[in-house]
Order: sequence, then structure tokens, then C-alpha cells
Amino acid sequence: MPENAAYWAELVIRVRDRQDKAAFAELFRHFAPRVKAFLMKSGAGATLAEECAQDVMATLWQKAHLFDPTRASVATWVFTIARNRRIDALRKSRRAEPEELDWGPEPELDQAEVIVAQQETDLLGRALAQLPEKQRALIERAYFGELSHSEIAAETGLPLGTIKSRIRLALDKLRHHMT
Amino acid sequence: MTIRHHLSDQLLMSYAAGHLPEAFNLVVATHVSLCDECRAQLASFETVGGALIQTFGSVEMGETALEVALARLEAVPQATQRAPLKAAGILPAPLADYVGGNLANVRWQRIGGGVKQAILPTDNAAMVRLLFIPAGKAVPDHGHRGMELTLVLQGAFADANDRFNRGDVEVAGEDMEHTPVALQGEDCICLAATDAPLRFMSLIPRLAQPFLRI
Repeated sequence: MPENAAYWAELVIRVRDRQDKAAFAELFRHFAPRVKAFLMKSGAGATLAEECAQDVMATLWQKAHLFDPTRASVATWVFTIARNRRIDALRKSRRAEPEELDWGPEPELDQAEVIVAQQETDLLGRALAQLPEKQRALIERAYFGELSHSEIAAETGLPLGTIKSRIRLALDKLRHHMT
Repeated sequence: MTIRHHLSDQLLMSYAAGHLPEAFNLVVATHVSLCDECRAQLASFETVGGALIQTFGSVEMGETALEVALARLEAVPQATQRAPLKAAGILPAPLADYVGGNLANVRWQRIGGGVKQAILPTDNAAMVRLLFIPAGKAVPDHGHRGMELTLVLQGAFADANDRFNRGDVEVAGEDMEHTPVALQGEDCICLAATDAPLRFMSLIPRLAQPFLRI
């Protein structure tokens, strides 16, 4: 099995459904060093970054039931956990989260939807790698916290429109069911 | 009802990256709770974060890190679904959480002309408050030193440029001087965040500013 986004999603589902430790170990080997790098780049020392990366992976285990492979990739989900951990650890401030939507009883997983959602991160990763160095550096600095919100250039040059439309469509469907 | 005034991409990206002051986080989270358009856009900026985690690079974990992690799993049971935060009347869930209930729990402070405010506790990087403006009344004329976000929760207000209904958010920058007026019919309640103290145009409110924290 190739190491792509759909593969990581399958591992998280094994963690979720069967408390599969081998799957967790594989996720840990892949994501923990990346989370550590992200946290160090965001200003954490090596020791703190290692501790926080441990916390992030423990959260992944604990909250596996919240992972929805039709909405986000594992990398994106891990990013949001790491981001929140960083806010707690480095800034010691609260972060308000949007109201959770009630997606209703879990329907049969639509494999096509899963694959699309998972592939987006891979595609975006490739698009990111192809950006001119200067532009990529700007995006990285925005995410690592080296730019204030007024300094951020929101024009990323990345194909974000497709991701937004897909999620927008899912939200429209949900609203339709609710009324 | 359709939301016409949205958050800027700058703000959504900054919120996705986790670098906004706490006060702004609250306005963003509250608007996103009401606005699917911005919820979808936020998700796409979070996907950029995922792509960065995936491609940026890695720093080796300590030798025993995996053992430590696996040992730790024994101690942390998988969490069960916790009850999600609920909206309370006109307050979307994140705001209800900050207020500690519904509108009746807000401790208003009068600031003149029937206008009331309630400052919500956040860190000091920026400030957020609820504003109550009686129908037909104006918010005192003010310019901005920093950025101000004003999200309508009830009623509507208008300034020279536009009209803002429930869910709409006005993003005002440095250069903007305006006199928002609550429209007739319903008292207007807004959530407003600013990263600098407001600067009032007339003398009296300016003198009062240090005492009122507006």
C-alpha cells in the first residue's frame, strides 16, 4: 500500500474501530516527527516540541471517533490538533471553535467521497511544492506565525477553490436535510 | 436569510493557522458558526496546514518516543462522544460559551445614549465586547487605530456604505471613520473586536475612554 492520504485515513479508521496499536505506531512514525518540526518552526524548543508532539498523537488516539474521512485528510486533522496544542502551550490563551454541525447518524461511508477528500491534501502538497520559492516561503511564514494577520497575503496561488466548493456542497446537502 | 458580508481571507487564513488574538478568534468562530461560505473557506485554509505538515519536513523524535507513546495509550482511554456546545438563543455556541449562558447572563454596562456594552474576558492582545444599540440610535462616531470586526447578532445596522444584518460581519481598517446606526424595528446587538482602543471623534467620549475601556 502506498503511503498516500487514503492510506493514512485507513490507519486512523483502524485505530478508531479496533484500537489497533500497530496502525497507531505507523501513524506515529509518520506524523510525530512532522508535528515536532512544525512546532519547532513555530517557536517551541526541542523538548517542548517533543512533548507536544506526544500529546498530539495521544489526542489522535483519544479522539479518533471524531475523524471523518469524507471531510478532511489525516494530515489536515493532525494539523488542527497540533495548532490547538501550540496555542495552549505557547500562548496559553483560549481558542473559540465554531459550532459543531450535527451531521446526523453516520451514513455508509461513501468511498468515492473519502478518496476525493484524502487526495486533496496530496494534490495541494504537490501544488505547494511547485510554487515559486518566495511564494511558498510566505505561506509557510503565515502558518508558522511569523506574519501578523495584516501582513498575510491571502492570495496563495494554490488551487483552494475546488476544496471550498466540495465542502460547500456537503454543507448545502446537510442544510437541505435539516429543513 | 443570506449573509452578504464575510470575513476576509486574511482573517480566515490567520484563524486556520492559529495566529489571531483570542478576541478575534471569538468573532471568527461565531461568524463561521452562522456562515457556511466561510466555514468552507476555513476548511480549505486548514487543508493548506495539512499539506504543510505533510511536506514541510520532519525532526526526529527521541529514541524511546514510540515506546513512551504506546505505554501512554494504556492510560488514556479513547474518549467517547462529548456533548457539543449548544447555541443559546441569538448566541451561537462559541459565544454562549464565553458568556456562560444566554443573553440574560450578559452583564451590561451603560455607556450613554441607551448604548450598552459588555466586555468579554480574553487575553490582552485585542479586546472583544458585546454592544447593545437601541433601534434607531447611533453608535458614537469613531475612527479606528487598528482593525475592528463587528458581527451582527440581532437587528441590523447601517453606515454610509452599507447595511449589515444578522450574521454579517464588518471588517473595518485604519482609514475608516463611520457612524453606524441601528435600524428601526429591533434593538441591535453586535459582537465587536478591536486590536486597538477606539478613537472617538468628539471630545467628551475621548476623555471618558480610559475609564470606560471603549
